[in-house]
Amino acid sequence: MSRIELRAVTKQIGQKTVLRDVNLKIEQGQFVGIIGPNGSGKTTLLHTISGVEQIESGEINIDDRAVSSYRRRELARKLAVLQQDGIPNIAYPVEDVIEMGRFPFLDWLGRDHSPDIREVMDRIMTRLDLTSLAGRPVDELSGGQRQRVALGKVMAQQPQVLLLDEPTTYLDIRYQLQFMELVSEWQKDENLTVVAVMHDLNLASMYCDRLVVLQEGRIAAEGTPHEILTPDTLHSVFEVRSALAEHPDSGVPQIMLRRKEQL
Amino acid sequence: MNKKLAGYLGASLILLVLTLLICVGTGSVSLPMGDIARILLHRVPALGEWITPDWTTASEQIVLNVRLPRVLLGLIVGSSLALAGAAFQGVLRNPLADPFTLGVSSGSSVGAAVLIFFGWQFSLVGIFTLPMVAFVTGFTTLLIVLALAKEGGRIPTESLILSGVVMQTFLGAVVAFLTAMSKKTVNEILYWTMGSLSLRGWSYTAILLPYLVIGLVIIWSGARRLNLFALGERQAAHSGLDVERTKLVMLVVATLLTAAAVSVAGVIGFAGLVVPHMIRLITGPDYRLIVPLSAICGGIFLMWSDLIARTILGQVEIPLGIVTAFVGAPFFAYLLYRNKKQRESRQERGMM
Repeated sequence: MSRIELRAVTKQIGQKTVLRDVNLKIEQGQFVGIIGPNGSGKTTLLHTISGVEQIESGEINIDDRAVSSYRRRELARKLAVLQQDGIPNIAYPVEDVIEMGRFPFLDWLGRDHSPDIREVMDRIMTRLDLTSLAGRPVDELSGGQRQRVALGKVMAQQPQVLLLDEPTTYLDIRYQLQFMELVSEWQKDENLTVVAVMHDLNLASMYCDRLVVLQEGRIAAEGTPHEILTPDTLHSVFEVRSALAEHPDSGVPQIMLRRKEQL
Repeated sequence: MNKKLAGYLGASLILLVLTLLICVGTGSVSLPMGDIARILLHRVPALGEWITPDWTTASEQIVLNVRLPRVLLGLIVGSSLALAGAAFQGVLRNPLADPFTLGVSSGSSVGAAVLIFFGWQFSLVGIFTLPMVAFVTGFTTLLIVLALAKEGGRIPTESLILSGVVMQTFLGAVVAFLTAMSKKTVNEILYWTMGSLSLRGWSYTAILLPYLVIGLVIIWSGARRLNLFALGERQAAHSGLDVERTKLVMLVVATLLTAAAVSVAGVIGFAGLVVPHMIRLITGPDYRLIVPLSAICGGIFLMWSDLIARTILGQVEIPLGIVTAFVGAPFFAYLLYRNKKQRESRQERGMM
């Protein structure tokens, strides 16, 4: 069981207050989407949860323990992060990069003592359709393939919590859908907690159980996609006019933007 | 992985032994390789009894007291510099980083030059004085260079090299000033700053060896961490790496290796740049291969450079730093060019 709890979190970068009094509780197995306009503090929020950004005041607990009290190794066994830019341009082969996800589990001689780790790795490679690419250098792959490698690496980390930072930004719609399906499948299999900063509100609505709206560093609203994605909220947060439709398969709200001159 | 490593290690060790025999055999009096091998093996306990000495004592003198100490010193200095280069490149994620381009060598040389200038080489802690002072000034220089190059938490390649050049130029001037000021020790400082392995007896090899061994152990055992750095510092942290600590340990160890090498052999540029890159071209980016192979091939590189330095002009010896610069500077230019090409092609593909 892993739960994340933020209490009165405030974070400043230089003179600017990026997060103000953020309170948030996330239970194991939830898929939470964080949405909000550019510069509203979404990515910073993610980085404070992952402990790479320090906070000025408040507390962030994972399993009732302050994030800052974890050693990086210890934290990495619980929590994995997939950054927006995924894997940089490096010449390491796919297999090696995915194996880097095992780093927090290695002993001082570099041995992995987890039982059936070979099987786990093989399963990840098969599931992400990377087996045929295993020996290829990452910098020769397409954007979609590379994002799958990034996902494979965090899967190898076997976390209970996955933080995603706009993971589909650089992908075309085919790979966007493929990526979200892979994450969603993994989340259900392992009862994973997912916290994802999402740009695409329609995708967010399709995959998240709960949405948190950030505006100028504050939580402006939170709830199910049905509660959050309303023309009124969207207008007050993003300053756009919109209409909603129901997704024909799942019934979740989907947004249609409206042009000014046609209103 | 282990198979690959064993293969590469075997091949490079054979190359190392061949280089050693050739370098010991070449000089004003040339000696056959077989003799040298037997002279050396004769000295090995147990094994030596099987070999009957059939060589002249003069040959033995030349091998054991003149050439071997110098060649081994080259081996150790080259290993140290290449190891330091590999660690700098890994931790800073910068293909152009090396003890020389970062200004660490120059920083170390200032500390050492001051000591030589005042004749304090052995004042504080005996034979450790020179390396220790060189370490302090070298590390200080490194911190200044990194601080100068930093742009909002990142260290771009170009500004790092620029900062390195700035510090190098300044510190080079300090050393040159000391050289000009010094009356009796002119030649010593001057010769030493251009890099040389001549007239260093066995004692210098003994000073350097512990630094190399400790450095090799620490950097090699951190090879997997250096690999993680390739993902970027943030992602490395997310993968469970204590980034700041690893960085500090690697920078300190690399600077210590540089300082030890510089305090004995002077400033020898580019060895730390060329060698890890050559290896990277052959083995790929994995530091589990790059680190041990750099240590071996750095030694090979410097032994050959020193051979050229002492033989190419007959009796006149040219400074070792000049030889390595002839090889290293064009290579540096090539790396700059390739770096630029890579950036351009990345932009064309519409990434980052």
